[in-house]
Amino acid sequence: MSVIETLIPPQPAPPEAIKTYTTQRLIGRALLGVWLAASVGLFLIIVDGWDPAKFEKYGPSFISGLGVTLLLVACSITLGAALSLPIVFARMSKNKVLSWLAYGYVYFFRGTPLITQLFLVYYGLGSFRPELQSVGLWWFFRDAWNCALLTFTLNTAAYQAEILRGAIESVPRGQREGAAALGLPARIAFFKIILPQAMIVALRPYGNEIILMIKGSAIVAIVTVFDLMGETRRAFSRTFDYQMYIWAAVLYLVMVEALRNLWVWLEDRLTRHLKRR
Amino acid sequence: MSGLFAALSSAVSWFGSIIDPLCGPIGIFRLFGSGTLLACSDAGWGDEIAYGFMITASLAICTLPVGLFIGFFIALAKQSEDKSLRLATNIYTTIFRGLPELLTLFIVYYGLQVLAQRFLASIGYDEPVEINAFVAGMIALGVVFSAYCSEVLLSAFKAIPHGQYEAGDALGFHRGKTMRLIILPQLVRIALPGLGNLWMALLKDTALVSVIGLPDILRQTGIAARVSKKAFEFFGVACLLFLILAMVSSIAFAMLERWAKRSEVAR
Repeated sequence: MSVIETLIPPQPAPPEAIKTYTTQRLIGRALLGVWLAASVGLFLIIVDGWDPAKFEKYGPSFISGLGVTLLLVACSITLGAALSLPIVFARMSKNKVLSWLAYGYVYFFRGTPLITQLFLVYYGLGSFRPELQSVGLWWFFRDAWNCALLTFTLNTAAYQAEILRGAIESVPRGQREGAAALGLPARIAFFKIILPQAMIVALRPYGNEIILMIKGSAIVAIVTVFDLMGETRRAFSRTFDYQMYIWAAVLYLVMVEALRNLWVWLEDRLTRHLKRR
Repeated sequence: MSGLFAALSSAVSWFGSIIDPLCGPIGIFRLFGSGTLLACSDAGWGDEIAYGFMITASLAICTLPVGLFIGFFIALAKQSEDKSLRLATNIYTTIFRGLPELLTLFIVYYGLQVLAQRFLASIGYDEPVEINAFVAGMIALGVVFSAYCSEVLLSAFKAIPHGQYEAGDALGFHRGKTMRLIILPQLVRIALPGLGNLWMALLKDTALVSVIGLPDILRQTGIAARVSKKAFEFFGVACLLFLILAMVSSIAFAMLERWAKRSEVAR
């Protein structure tokens, strides 16, 4: 049996662990070096090829291209959201025919590339010119912008329908039963109880969908719509100056990152009642 | 050496012509398309479109291992303790997930061209260089795929409990052996659904490579549409072919998932 009679004298703090130079650190520094070199290189390319005349000539067209991109994405997301509602109801209805039709629609638009759909609408429907003229719809399909808007709306409606369906199905059954027990009509239960909870689940996928649309909208440049990508291609084909692509890349990155951060903030704000403090 | 390559490529093309699902001996176009615009002869566009189908499929299949390989190591780097490694890989994913695929493709295609031209000019070779569209497409799509893939694999890594690594240590395994025998089998199982989605996205993105001149499905059908003035029919065929690719791969992924989950059967 031993009894402690003396206290341990106060000790100095242990020395700070020496950071060893591990392989990971080495690789990390090397990769950061590569990024630094790449950004310096790009900066030098831009400085080297800087031409105020070019900037004055193509700067405004880049801005207008940015506007076209944003307008196209905003319009197609809104119209697609409206169109996705009937598709979701058809998909979730008990009527087998309706449900299969909606499933086929969604499968087609999610299973084929957006660019193929765009070509199908712009070139494909464009080849029915006499028929379209006789129906009086030719003015619509003549313009590439309208075709792009139509394709994007149809496409994003399919994706949004799946997002919305997943979100609605993620709301527990008990919520619906609770509403029924309170005697709420199905319609009010849907709009006041199911939908608000579903929207929180759907928020993040919706953000992803908007980002996908911004990135996907670059392909309209191929069918002669002068969005950001189209203006870039036009400027590049006139100047053969590689920095045009760098500017476009910067603009796209800024757009996507801004949206992503906005969405993080939005989600934090809208789910603050679900967080434990 | 070149003789060997020639022999290899002819063997591959012979094998491809046998199993060609569109214009092979039992191909769809061969059976049902003869006499129409989709015939597999000089009269129709069947053989051209079948070639495009092969190009699209092989581009996607060639890109997949590249993307998976890079993505795996980026996912490893993202969970490293070292801050600079994480920062470097996060920059990579932020850039390549934020850029439109089309823009990435152009940057790679023209950027490689400019770089190659400058490099060759510096060693005294002043001819215009042309970058192979297939290689440019493979690099661009592989880079985008790896950026997305690293996120999927990272979340799968996080789903594996730490005890699994400790079990590997307890068994006296080397780190590589732990990874190969314990972590990877579980990682595949967890990441498969996400990887399936990425594969679908990759298949659809291959259509973009037609823009820089690779004769894939979309380019071949586009040429056929322009020549025959039957745009709707031919782009419809392109859509159907992509749908077929999507269906086949969803069946394949369902089988893969069943295979990966074979240890979880109810006993």
